[in-house]
Amino acid sequence: MKKLSLPLTTEQKLLLHAGDCVLLSGTVYTARDCAHRRIFELLDADMPLPFSLKDAFIYYAGPCPAPEGFATGSCGPTTSARMNVFAPRLLDSGLGGMIGKGEMSDEVVSAIVKNHAVYFAAVGGAGALYANAVKRSELVAFPDLLSEAVYRFEVEDFPVVVAIDCHGDTIYKR
Amino acid sequence: MKIVETSKIEEAVCRLAIKACVNMRGDCQRALLAAREREEGAARFALDTLLENEEIARKSGMPICQDTGMACVLIELGQEVSLSGMPLADAVNEGVRRAYSEGNFRKSICDPLTRKNTGDNTPAHLHVEIVGGDKVRITFLPKGFGSENMSYLKMLTPAEGKRGIVDTIVEAVKKAGSRPCPPVVVGVGIGGSFDSCAYLAKKALTRPLESHHPREDVASIEREAIDKINALGIGPQGFGGKTSALAVLCEVAPTHIAGLPVAVNMQCHCVRCEEEVL
Repeated sequence: MKKLSLPLTTEQKLLLHAGDCVLLSGTVYTARDCAHRRIFELLDADMPLPFSLKDAFIYYAGPCPAPEGFATGSCGPTTSARMNVFAPRLLDSGLGGMIGKGEMSDEVVSAIVKNHAVYFAAVGGAGALYANAVKRSELVAFPDLLSEAVYRFEVEDFPVVVAIDCHGDTIYKR
Repeated sequence: MKIVETSKIEEAVCRLAIKACVNMRGDCQRALLAAREREEGAARFALDTLLENEEIARKSGMPICQDTGMACVLIELGQEVSLSGMPLADAVNEGVRRAYSEGNFRKSICDPLTRKNTGDNTPAHLHVEIVGGDKVRITFLPKGFGSENMSYLKMLTPAEGKRGIVDTIVEAVKKAGSRPCPPVVVGVGIGGSFDSCAYLAKKALTRPLESHHPREDVASIEREAIDKINALGIGPQGFGGKTSALAVLCEVAPTHIAGLPVAVNMQCHCVRCEEEVL
């Protein structure tokens, strides 16, 4: 199985193909429905974002509270399709890619190809396993959103599958 | 008259919630293991990851999935039981509050418009049926919304019949695609009214995966639907494969001469459902 460290270079992304199983290490930012709405309000108002989008990876997830001795609680991916309306603009603004579960729209596929990005599918329902792959967690923004807040995760050997690659191929429509 | 303290119901709800969210049921494990043997590539990788996750959750006490769901509580209350103590709904909500705090579960309930989180995963969705006898049967079904969002209800005409029912079920699974964490378990309500049909579909999800409906005509709908669903090729997590559903479970109720309601309540590969009788 391929091992990769985030962020990824364009050269690394060009070598990824839909269906590849990959272990990811590095930084990801959690964001789901409400956090995306907040990020868009900041973008619309030309205000600074809580983290730089440049080459960053967003993990569509809303974790459980961390039990003692763990960086986070259960933290599998949430359904990415709900973020179809948000992803293209973030990719156009420099986002390196996303991690989530399930198919995304044709508009997202086009934005991934245009920006040499990548969309990884984590395994939906494997929350406890993913919690073990998160070594550090830090609250970055929107604490009032509770589990929907933005957290910075340092992950190690986080298992994912390339779901939409920068060549426009997807694992879902083969 | 048998007296049951509602504090006992609170404790049972708390116990059931923790058990349901942390431990994958034996029938789900068996179904995933069997599916694993049929699949290859990314689909097999996904199933292996889920089986490994089951073990990690069980050993660490962490919930299987971060979406610890909306707390659906179904209570069959024997009419010879007299409840004493705090009101039943308060006891159920208190049990939910405690479980979601003690278990480090996610609080996922919010106002539909402001989206403000209630902070403790209450209120539970409580459904009470009055039945004969002196027992209280409590079923706890934490329902995640990745799958719930893919649910569907259609008012068919009587002329559409069995073929229409099977097509409705298969179409709902096809439209849901990779989103509800397939291989899915499909709860189906057939008959009743608009609202009771949806409840039947949810109740169907409380059945063991290996069960078949006792009525042969209903069981044949279950068989036909799962064969057609597994021919769709969606596969585990939508990665393609032979296993798109683990079970189709149908429940029926008499309906009006003018109608044929069909409700499809989508469930991911892990049915979290536990019950206790007091």
